[in-house]
Amino acid sequence: MTTQLLLVQALNGLQLGVLLFLVAAGLTLVFGVMDFINLAHGVQYMLGAYLGAAFAAATGSFWLGLALALPAALAAGLLLEVLVFRHLYDRDHLSQVLATFGVILVLNEGVKVIWGAAPLQVPIPALLEGGIEIMPGLQYPIYRVAVLGAGIATAGLLWWLVERTRAGMLVRAGATNPAMVSALGVDVRRLFTMVFAFGAMLAGFAGVLAGPIFSVEPGMGDNVLILAFVVIVIGGIGSIRGAFVAALLVGLIDTLGKSLMPDLMRLFLDASAARQAGAALASMLVYVAMAAILAFRPAGLFPVRAG
Amino acid sequence: MAREAWLPLAVLLALGAAPFLGLGGSYETTLMARAMILGMAAVSLAFLVGGAGLASLGHAASLGIGAYAVAILDAHGVTDAARVLPAAIGAAALFSLVTGAISIRTSGVHFIMITLAFGQMAFFTASSLAAYGGDDGYTLYRRTEVWGARLLEDRLAFHFICLGALALTWGGCAMLLASRFGRVLRAARENAQRVEAVGLSPYPFRLLAYVIAGAIAGAAGFLLANATEFVSPATLSWQRSGELLFMVILGGVGRLWGAILGALVFVVLETWLAQQMQHWKLVFGPLLILAVLFLRGGLSGLVARRHG
Repeated sequence: MTTQLLLVQALNGLQLGVLLFLVAAGLTLVFGVMDFINLAHGVQYMLGAYLGAAFAAATGSFWLGLALALPAALAAGLLLEVLVFRHLYDRDHLSQVLATFGVILVLNEGVKVIWGAAPLQVPIPALLEGGIEIMPGLQYPIYRVAVLGAGIATAGLLWWLVERTRAGMLVRAGATNPAMVSALGVDVRRLFTMVFAFGAMLAGFAGVLAGPIFSVEPGMGDNVLILAFVVIVIGGIGSIRGAFVAALLVGLIDTLGKSLMPDLMRLFLDASAARQAGAALASMLVYVAMAAILAFRPAGLFPVRAG
Repeated sequence: MAREAWLPLAVLLALGAAPFLGLGGSYETTLMARAMILGMAAVSLAFLVGGAGLASLGHAASLGIGAYAVAILDAHGVTDAARVLPAAIGAAALFSLVTGAISIRTSGVHFIMITLAFGQMAFFTASSLAAYGGDDGYTLYRRTEVWGARLLEDRLAFHFICLGALALTWGGCAMLLASRFGRVLRAARENAQRVEAVGLSPYPFRLLAYVIAGAIAGAAGFLLANATEFVSPATLSWQRSGELLFMVILGGVGRLWGAILGALVFVVLETWLAQQMQHWKLVFGPLLILAVLFLRGGLSGLVARRHG
């Protein structure tokens, strides 16, 4: 029983991890290449979830919804870049934090106006319904396995893009030393717009995938955003590899913590207090991990920039 | 600086006169109290950001810890200001000392992120306090008493206590920044290496500034809990920290009193817009973005340019 529970929770944790990775990948590149803090990255995840839900409802097919939501999320990212973010690259981090905070307010409220404040339910696509037996007598939903697979496949694709293509080389170079890349005649601005739009699409993709698992509601991106920040700070800003390792780590810590902490707390407290205190302590674990890593390895686990 | 001081003084005077000029109703005084209390927290943050160059995204944690000190003592029947206020200030200062000792070792983006992380820890701790309301928050039995007198329940008295606290915060922070201590802080913000070359380590100065700002925010939290007679984890949320930072930027980072202006404008605008329409954030968000993009010196910079 306990091993089974542990296995299910570990799978759930990995699956949260890959979703976090999809959000964090764009964030860490944008942060790494342009030294730009984008708090609005979380609402792009939310936007992806809403677009996926809306298109799926309109077309009657999850897959068509996914196919339509990705370019729409890309377009939304480009629009935001042109309207707001482009004017903030030369500004200090504080201004970037605040202006993108404004974008969060607008989009969180915007989805409320269009789709209402109540959570939307997205049905699991028929193809991926049901469970799969991962251990004798233990069923695990196929959809969740598919999310895990899609996340890992995307991570592989991203690794190939960043490590093996020319565009990826420029992105890596830009993250290491943007001034040098610019001096070598590369249009860093255009590179950034590209990275930015791609990151927005990845976050949107994570949102579409998350739709059938979590409820689609206003503000759903806020917590994911903060967790994604934890991921990129732990992994090392600008590092895709670091983001992947840290995302899985954070996903596991968060999920396992939330399922194990209440039981652990029951050793000291009565049942209801243990449930509440355990859940809160579990939510805190990832921040404790981040603070510890920042205190001892300020540049993260896989630092990109030397010195 | 001295020539510009007429505006904040005029604002404080106007706040003092407001209850006698037809704004003495319960609604208006509640609104003003909220603005003044958040103004106090914003001034302490402006002291950190503008003075020491420490842009904390976890300042609401200190505010909330001050508020929770009131709630927790209230639940145990301690409602005397002589004990509650020092507890609120002390708890917030202690939190700032411990978290600051770690945070201040980092700089730039990492400082913003680590203060955010500590703020989140405080937030989740508050939501775990099942005995004090947990996620739902805690409603005070009564406001804190001042030596047995129920002074804070008097509308006018509370108004002037908040005003006095705000003025004291502004004056105190301004004096600190002008002192030798403040000069070292500002010098370290401009160029930490040169300060070290003169033989001073910026670290203890920054840490002390961080603790002072936290203590002031704790005092503001004490007032906030008494103003709303309610405390909830939302007081410690990172969104609230973002709002405090926005008040500072809106007012203008370079001037402490800008934060008072920023808080007033923020609270009034937020309340007014929320009355006008249901989806007021659709207007508020773009205003925020526009303010960051175009109002570079903040409101106080605007005023100073006009009259400077």
